[in-house]
Amino acid sequence: MTAQADVGYRARQHARWHWSEIAFWILALSCVFLFPSRYLIMTDIVRLALFALSLDLILGYAGIVSLGHAAFFGIGAYSAGLLALHGIVSEPVIALVAAGLVATAVGFLTSFLVIRGADLTRLMVTLGIALLLEALAVRFSDITGGTDGLQGIEMQPILGLFAFDIFGKVGFLYCLALLFLLFLLARRIVHSPFGLSLRAIRNNPLRAAAIGIPVNRRLIAIYTLAAFYAGIAGALFTQTTALASLDVFSFERSADLMLVLVIGGTGYLYGGLIGAVVFKMLQEVFSTITPQYWQFWIGLVLVVIVLVGRARMHRWALWAPNLIIRQFAGRKAVVVVPESDVS
Amino acid sequence: MTTLFTILFDGVAYGMLLFVLACGLAVTLGLMNFVNLAHGAFAMTGGYVCAVLVNRSGWPFFAGLPLAFAASALIGAVLERALYRHLYSRSHLDQVLFSVGLVFMSVAAVDYIMGSSRVFIKLPAALEGQIDFFGVGIGRYRLMIIVICGLLTAALQLVLARTRFGSRLRAAVDDPRAASGLGINVPQVFAFTFAFGCGLAGLGGALSAEILGLDPYFPLKFMIYFLIVVTVGGSSSITGPFLASLLLGIGDVAGKYYVPKMGPFVIYTIMIVILIWRPNGLFGRSAVR
Repeated sequence: MTAQADVGYRARQHARWHWSEIAFWILALSCVFLFPSRYLIMTDIVRLALFALSLDLILGYAGIVSLGHAAFFGIGAYSAGLLALHGIVSEPVIALVAAGLVATAVGFLTSFLVIRGADLTRLMVTLGIALLLEALAVRFSDITGGTDGLQGIEMQPILGLFAFDIFGKVGFLYCLALLFLLFLLARRIVHSPFGLSLRAIRNNPLRAAAIGIPVNRRLIAIYTLAAFYAGIAGALFTQTTALASLDVFSFERSADLMLVLVIGGTGYLYGGLIGAVVFKMLQEVFSTITPQYWQFWIGLVLVVIVLVGRARMHRWALWAPNLIIRQFAGRKAVVVVPESDVS
Repeated sequence: MTTLFTILFDGVAYGMLLFVLACGLAVTLGLMNFVNLAHGAFAMTGGYVCAVLVNRSGWPFFAGLPLAFAASALIGAVLERALYRHLYSRSHLDQVLFSVGLVFMSVAAVDYIMGSSRVFIKLPAALEGQIDFFGVGIGRYRLMIIVICGLLTAALQLVLARTRFGSRLRAAVDDPRAASGLGINVPQVFAFTFAFGCGLAGLGGALSAEILGLDPYFPLKFMIYFLIVVTVGGSSSITGPFLASLLLGIGDVAGKYYVPKMGPFVIYTIMIVILIWRPNGLFGRSAVR
């Protein structure tokens, strides 16, 4: 087998659906029937998962550390809110796509700023952009509603058929369906030659450039795509909560997002999804212990994760499940979190 | 004309304060290449230590300042030995996550212990009011800040440039391996520098309670300002961050005075433009190894 064919074979093998992935999605769908009283928090989890998926695309696959990913979330949230509030686009799905496209445009424009410079500059620029947008939202409070946020948003039925109900069942299914669709797209993209080239860039930008990958253009492309995903997540936030306030841009949102992704692991797409579930559960637990000060425990989790080491933590977390899987399906079936070396 | 001078004066005071707050970060981030977003937490610690001593125990303000320094430096030293030093060689992502975690913990802890409202430190009567200087109103408190911070800056510059410790630090930063080969105890130098930087931040925190406001969200609110000072200033010397803080201080005060509606918009825009124009800072060589 030639080297090229070997690479192609391995890439295809990797791209094939694993049975555990199918199980994951069946489980996700079955949540509709399993927890009929918890739709609101589950919607929250799905939105967060989509947002984390977006960060995973740039952090896990392209190695861009962003401290201001909430910028695009906020753009999406406000766009969807304004479209619905002024009745410009009343149909939720079209409004969602429109909001995503606005975020995409902003992402494309800012990507030129982000790809310049190394890690530290990127951190600063992404953080700066998010803060800048927040300042703008405060400045133009006649449009954004300032600190009160956008209020009185009324959502029309999805596709003109399904109206949002007060229990949030429709909202949850809507979010889940979108998450699944966008996940399929992301999965297709990261397993494509384009996605492989991104990984090459993450591992060594210089070498990637040397073998003829247009590094900057690839980074711009993935950053723009991630902005689209984040915009959709933000728009979903507005549509399902009928609310958009200044905190969509906040630094805490970006920081929490990193925690979500780090809990789940970067660079295999499911990290954000699993991380979102774990994060929300942790948040629930912490806020029952100390309602006002749950951030303390979130901070502690972050510190502990880093000190223990992300890779080691994931090995520990998977130790018990793998023990069981090994009994039933043999050594080869064990689940591992592929850890990307983001630096 | 007089307003211009007042703005300039206030801006310089503000800038000097920022410099004292951020110069510890200039060493950890700029020189040691450790992304420490929790620097503001040390400043807040100093501020609260001073506030508790002055307001509750009735210490004089000027006795509270050195203790703010000492408390922050001590906490910095302990944390450096216990936690930070394990992370020097880790990826930036790990460092960011770790320090953000510390920020969250400090915010919630201070909120829990001290309450979430803004804290004021009781000032001695000598520091209140203004002096009239050829028609320009000069705040006494700000004048004191300029004097203290100016002296500190000069002392720092001297220590870095002239003393044995300064040359050791510069050697350790330039090439840790060669420095340790020459018998310099690099971890010790780093630990000491880190603690000293935290101490300065604590002192700055105590001084800034009057001007910037001291509440549990201090580390988050001013994080970007500290980072701006370091990244815009570059890391080749102490002069870069110093000039950057003066620029930032004057720019911010002038921006708030002339275009109050734009808020911090001006500062962020300038920062992004500078970083795009010169990714290694205005006055710097490569900030990232």
